[in-house]
Amino acid sequence: MSISVRDQFGKHLAQLAQDDSKVLALDGDLGNSTRLDSIEKETVDSFLQMGIAEQNMVGVAAGLASIGSQPWVCSFATFLTKRALDQIVVSVAQTKFDVKLVGSYSGLLTSNTGKTHHSLDDIAIMTTIPNMTVIAPGDAGETVAAMNAMHKTGGPMYLRLTRDETIPLFLPDAEFEIGKGKTLTEGTDVLIVTTGSTTYRVAEAIKQLVDMSIAHQHFPTLKPFDKELLLEGARKVQLVVTVEEHYIRGGLGSIVSEILSEELPKRVYRIGVPDRFFGCGTDEELLEASGLSVEKIKKSIGALSSKYF
Amino acid sequence: MVQSIEQLKLTATVLRKRILSTAYYKKQGHVGGSLSCADILVSLFFHHLSIDPSNPKWEDRDRFVLSKGHTALGLYATLALRGYISEEELKTFDQYESRLQAHPDMTKLDALDMSTGSLGQGLSAAVGMAIGAKRLKKGFDVYCLIGDGESQEGQIWEAANIAGKYKLDNLIVIMDQNGLQQYGWKNDHGRMKPESNGKRKFDSFGFETWEVDGHCMEDLIDVLTEVKSIRNGRPKAIIANTTKGKGVHFMENNYVWHSKAPNDEEYILALTELEKRG
Repeated sequence: MSISVRDQFGKHLAQLAQDDSKVLALDGDLGNSTRLDSIEKETVDSFLQMGIAEQNMVGVAAGLASIGSQPWVCSFATFLTKRALDQIVVSVAQTKFDVKLVGSYSGLLTSNTGKTHHSLDDIAIMTTIPNMTVIAPGDAGETVAAMNAMHKTGGPMYLRLTRDETIPLFLPDAEFEIGKGKTLTEGTDVLIVTTGSTTYRVAEAIKQLVDMSIAHQHFPTLKPFDKELLLEGARKVQLVVTVEEHYIRGGLGSIVSEILSEELPKRVYRIGVPDRFFGCGTDEELLEASGLSVEKIKKSIGALSSKYF
Repeated sequence: MVQSIEQLKLTATVLRKRILSTAYYKKQGHVGGSLSCADILVSLFFHHLSIDPSNPKWEDRDRFVLSKGHTALGLYATLALRGYISEEELKTFDQYESRLQAHPDMTKLDALDMSTGSLGQGLSAAVGMAIGAKRLKKGFDVYCLIGDGESQEGQIWEAANIAGKYKLDNLIVIMDQNGLQQYGWKNDHGRMKPESNGKRKFDSFGFETWEVDGHCMEDLIDVLTEVKSIRNGRPKAIIANTTKGKGVHFMENNYVWHSKAPNDEEYILALTELEKRG
């Protein structure tokens, strides 16, 4: 039986809160979307409703952390990372408080809500903040493992989650270490690098690209980034391709390009959301329009192979 | 340490001199707002707060958040007088890698309960501390000093809203209502007051509110004593009417002194004026 990333997030945070009274959930009035409502249902008093006021919510979390709590602040990714950005920087990152920021509904898949709710710049924003760790798990199992690691490790962290309900438990092992990437398949033609919600769709596309030797690396931690694993994989191939449900600039593609340009100059091709706003639409329509459906990813990689090999 | 009213008044004068000498020595600092909250800081740190300078991280201490972080100068001078830091260290104010950063940095100085400097943020942290204290059944109070200019930030009222919702009667907000901000709006008399309805606004968010003369030590001690004795499920706000630049006549009520250090002549004039009082 499979469970969605957000359902698993709510369920597991309730578990963490039951096991550790220091764990608190702060909601920006979206608990029944983000699944933070599980904590209210399953714990006595670990759930704090902060209303529709993200700036204050982040500040309150800093104050709670200052006297020993571990607040998990959850809202839609775009509201959390942009409406409360200065609060995240000054009250949380500069103080190094043990505050966990959870951006649910990241990327384009936000239940038909349109451009106001899309979060396509949060990796760019959060990875540029000093002291901030940035994590984007690939499936529900890895979400649990990532949350356990976050719970055990102090300091400001951002957890980027997807609302995509179609991702099954597909990652081969649930091992998770902050700052470590994973090699999912080995190959010699091209290395495909992915993170978060995109890893599953790319793994599906790779299965269908049988006439290429494709290596696939998944990086659930974007900061600190597992440079060694990337370099090890990149050394074996001629071309590196990044795929992400994030703007094409500032996200995984930029991280990979920066590392390779300095350490191992190599052609990097980035697949991501183009530099424009998208309207509302079904998940399928948006993935198709942004080039991130399994079919479109397969075509893009196929086209690259005919160009380069 | 609990000083008598007479001692507190003397301490406030010494504090004003330290604020001025530090700003004069370093050629910078937010003098106007530091002088306006000097009496408030003295009433808290030398009479009211349950704190221990020899153990700044004492778990059960009252918390103090300077939300109007630009007046760090006033807070550092207070901490020096109270024995948290040496008088000598005040000379490192605003210096590269100093513990006394231009705006309070809790990662550098143990005596600080929160880092501030981007206006509007301190009250939210204080609300978090107060919620946390209630959850842990701790008896300490959380004091937060905000500015009237700062209260133009929406986050102040987001925080006030939550303080009311969570019935934080262990939270005491003090507004240093000095009537001026950095620049503000011009009017016929010079500059408009940033805020004149603070009491009514906090009332409407469910606070129990008081308005006092923020330069009258007797009144400050009275109101703080009363505030501490009440536990009625309502957060508290004290609107302290103050004068920006208080104590030095040519700095008073002049927005130019928001962030300006005295030159040689001004420094001597200011000290002479304070000497006469103290």
